[in-house]
Amino acid sequence: MPTSLKMISTRWDDPQGHTLARYRETGGYEAIRKAMTMEPDAVIEEVKAANLLGRGGAGFPCGTKWGFLPKDVFPRYLVVNGDESEPGTFKDRLLVERDPHQLIEGVLIASWAIRAKQAFIYVRGEMALAHERLAAALNEAYAAGLVGRNIMGTDWSLDVVFHFGAGAYIVGEETALIESLEGNRGMPRLKPPFFPASKGLYMQPTVVNNVETLANLPWIINNGAAAFTTIGDAKACGTRLFALSGHVNKPGVYEVDFGTTTFRELFESPEYGNGIRMGRSIKAWIPGGASAPWFFEEHLDMALHPGPVGAAGSMLGSGAIVVMDDQTDMVRAAWRLVKFFAKESCGKCSPCREGTNWLEKIYRRILDGHGRPEDIDLLMDVADNISPGLTWPPKQTTICPLGPSAASPLVSTVRRFRDEYEAYIRKVA
Amino acid sequence: MARLNTANTERARELMGHYPRARSAMIPMCHLAQEQDGYLTDEAMEHIAELIGCTPAEVYGTASFYEMFKFHPVGKYVVGVCTNISCLLVGGEELLAHCEEKLGIRTGGTTADGMFTLEEMECLAACTRAPCLQVNYRYFENITHDQADALIDDLSAGKRTNDVPPHGTLSRIRQSIPADRRASRDSI
Repeated sequence: MPTSLKMISTRWDDPQGHTLARYRETGGYEAIRKAMTMEPDAVIEEVKAANLLGRGGAGFPCGTKWGFLPKDVFPRYLVVNGDESEPGTFKDRLLVERDPHQLIEGVLIASWAIRAKQAFIYVRGEMALAHERLAAALNEAYAAGLVGRNIMGTDWSLDVVFHFGAGAYIVGEETALIESLEGNRGMPRLKPPFFPASKGLYMQPTVVNNVETLANLPWIINNGAAAFTTIGDAKACGTRLFALSGHVNKPGVYEVDFGTTTFRELFESPEYGNGIRMGRSIKAWIPGGASAPWFFEEHLDMALHPGPVGAAGSMLGSGAIVVMDDQTDMVRAAWRLVKFFAKESCGKCSPCREGTNWLEKIYRRILDGHGRPEDIDLLMDVADNISPGLTWPPKQTTICPLGPSAASPLVSTVRRFRDEYEAYIRKVA
Repeated sequence: MARLNTANTERARELMGHYPRARSAMIPMCHLAQEQDGYLTDEAMEHIAELIGCTPAEVYGTASFYEMFKFHPVGKYVVGVCTNISCLLVGGEELLAHCEEKLGIRTGGTTADGMFTLEEMECLAACTRAPCLQVNYRYFENITHDQADALIDDLSAGKRTNDVPPHGTLSRIRQSIPADRRASRDSI
């Protein structure tokens, strides 16, 4: 039976886990104290040595990302991406609601390391409780001298600002997040030249890190990179939070060893999913959020590791695993995700703005019983115009990956369950 | 409906002071206006533009990008039912249909008494506790049709005002950065 060490969800079951008092009683704010005895570059080296992969979706190594900041260009900013919106994803909200001080300490460590002038925590607009918990925690931290001017009596000062959005999935994309934080429509910027590390917030060097990524920093500083790399797999260290939803008996947000736990263990172990509900069998699952291509029974014994998952043509993305049993209508499930991307397309790039909406209309026609035999190939053709070749990782004719993401559920289901599409269309003929 | 009142104008100035550039406070300021009036009025957007030093069209341009901002009155309680993938798999669409029936309105509509607006929501990050709905962005998870009925009945009867403030109010706790604790006043 798999048992994983809890590193970042230790206070989730504690009703007072969100308070400063409880955070301090359980070792809180010792890591930043330790980090401040280290040179900032030494903190960066420690995080590089820990090989902490970003937990937001792209999985880029955190320390390496920090290392991209141009030397001697100031002011620099830290922006925290807490705009959790990828369908199936549910972890950052819990980290903010239940342990906001852990996040704030992570923000302090990161800001110390990159010598940030100011930090902004961008929380999704629809999460009122998370707003209240974070605002209260920051007020406590300011009052206790842990944030703001002369932190813990030293000459280091840093303002941490709680910022919140107003409902737009695309703002989870880092350059769109920066646009939104500047008071604009949340439309992604073209990279190059607008890599946040060089031209980010206010065109200054900026690091954008995910909530879960930062929540790992106190543990890494307290216990050291060497200890971190002994957990999980050498190339995917530490633990990860996976939101397991859909047709399992015991859905939940589980912190598991990264890179070693398998999908089968996650789905079947009594500690986690405890099997497919009503004794059914599994038909498909989404391994990493709505943008990820789907997996099937032949992938069950694969580890939750970005290496093999990537090689098999998908990703762990935002840690969102959605399980579908043998009764699930694949056409309808895929349509629901395509509809999401069509609705959330920001409108900046034509292939995505037009293409995702055409896809949704074709799906609607099929589901409503007006599908034409050529519609299946038409879906694939429109998707190919957004993401040429329909390969993985996806190519794109767009600025950001939102458009190509719409191809994932479509391509996965057409390739595997073409008969279900044909059955919808045959009903018409 | 109106410009920001005195207290909210003061709060808006405080928010602008949290950022190196005042415009960064635009979305929080729009939320503040929505909290005051229940939706975002033209007068409030004009006032926000004055405070930031931009045009009202720029405020509308930004605000209209985001789902949460309403430009017409909505119900005191905005009920949002998720129908995205994790909820779809366990009855989200049926829950939405049930709410339509219970409230006697179609999705997107508002009850005649102005109490409820019903919306279909995208994924709300409560996937492991599906199906879920929100009322004014407060979560109700793993919810059955009977529980949804009871919730709506309670709200109609004026109960649960502690759990669910009127539409527009997000955090009831404001982040305040005391002047003597503030790191810097540099702008860029």
